Amino acid sequence: MKTSINQLLNSNHVHWMDAEGVRESDIVISSRVRLARNLDKVPFPHLLDSESGPKCRRAMDEAIEKSSYQELKHMEWLAFDQVGDLERQILVEKHLISPNHAGSSDSYRGLLVNQDGSLAIMINEEDHLRIQCLLPGLQLEECFKQVIRVDDAFEETLDFAFDDRRGYLTSCPTNVGTGMRASVMLHLPALSISGQAAYIFQNISQLGMTVRGLYGEGTEALGNFFQLSNQITLGQTEEDINSNLIAITEQIVEQERLLRTKLANEMKYQLEDRVGRAYGILTNAWLITSNEALALLSDVRLGADMGIIPNIRMDGLNELVVAIRPAHLQKKAGRDMDATQRDVERAAVIKEKLMGDKEVI
Amino acid sequence: MFCQECKERPATVHLTQMFNGNKIETHLCEQCAAQKGAVMFDIDNKFSISNLLGSFFGSNYNLPEAKPNAQASSCPECGMNFYDIRQTGKLGCARCYTSFERELQPSLRRIHGNRQHIGKIPRRGGEKVLLKRQIDKLKLDLQQSVANEEYEKAAQIRDQIKEIEKKAI
Repeated sequence: MKTSINQLLNSNHVHWMDAEGVRESDIVISSRVRLARNLDKVPFPHLLDSESGPKCRRAMDEAIEKSSYQELKHMEWLAFDQVGDLERQILVEKHLISPNHAGSSDSYRGLLVNQDGSLAIMINEEDHLRIQCLLPGLQLEECFKQVIRVDDAFEETLDFAFDDRRGYLTSCPTNVGTGMRASVMLHLPALSISGQAAYIFQNISQLGMTVRGLYGEGTEALGNFFQLSNQITLGQTEEDINSNLIAITEQIVEQERLLRTKLANEMKYQLEDRVGRAYGILTNAWLITSNEALALLSDVRLGADMGIIPNIRMDGLNELVVAIRPAHLQKKAGRDMDATQRDVERAAVIKEKLMGDKEVI
Repeated sequence: MFCQECKERPATVHLTQMFNGNKIETHLCEQCAAQKGAVMFDIDNKFSISNLLGSFFGSNYNLPEAKPNAQASSCPECGMNFYDIRQTGKLGCARCYTSFERELQPSLRRIHGNRQHIGKIPRRGGEKVLLKRQIDKLKLDLQQSVANEEYEKAAQIRDQIKEIEKKAI
């Protein structure tokens, strides 16, 4: 198998986890921008079959071949008939493909990905192309620049479905217009503890934004992770969508910081106790469920951010959030595991990471 | 945030609808949402966007029900009819946007609150759209100039429009 894809399937690491030295990366875990595009005069992906599907893939390949954009040329292709369910789940857990896309095993559906996994194009998911850029911290502007470069590169030779009034046409009308969804993954323990997260998010949805859980649509806000994204794609420019989201994110980050300072000042012992207990359980448990682990890792992350626990690396904690998911655990063990076996393996993985990363306890 | 219906379980289903420019929000837990029929969950307990969209396209919103019948027109390009679209929440091809323009209009307004794309234009085949946008803007300027009785300026703008219209053809 190709090197980058091999790396993405077999390690716990992917670029968005590299938090060191990135803007607001203690609270904004990652930024993502994706563009939905469809080839003109080709039925949308859910209507493709064994004849039209491969033809559609070839048209994309030709466009990549003719393109002058090197980054696009160097991306590696993974066809979903070449890997099993487990591998596709690994890609979901790393946020490179959607859970929906993981369900397909056709040769003309799959993933184009660059070397570090920051640029990933889902092929024939809900739309023919879902061009996405995923970076650590608050980097929505850079994400946008990168996806637009890829989009422009395709547009050198491909005609996308576009209409003067409705913009880029997508298989689902929720994406029509810019086809753009910008999102940030936020870790908001202080806002959650104080009960203010719910209040803020209620107001945010009035601004055309939505909040989701760790794995997108319909998932819970596990481990105090919240995914904030734009809801409206028609009637706003890409730049406006992005700058609105950045402005709101910055406000939330500021609120979270204010509350953290308040916690440190007014509830110092309770906070230190909570963080210490979480660390204690994570480094001593023999069995741990995914939900419990995420909740406790959230406390440890807060403790690390606030200097209560020294010598914990953020990228290590980011990696753990993914490494404790079922597919990653099973890939590491090299076998299928039932829930209890996974809980055992999960406890071991967490212990190893936390104890290994930390020199002084 | 708690469910608006039962006020007991956390709200995990969030619906935002646009009615005549007013945003209406509903926050429900999975159980209450399922009861209300706003959304359905498949066996994996995954959230099904297609069912949610199915409701966007008609049912639950007092809109005329789309029913499969022999006369239902279908898209000449891909063969989908509006009943299929309502079932899957997905259009069949780009042409469907024109084929079902009337049926889609209310949904688009509900989802986005807007009708006109003002973002990026494709590099290829987008030239005409770009010129049209320029003309639309100049026409507004022209109206403004006439209203301000700046006739010389208005004449200039009119000539500019003619110039661009020549290019657009």
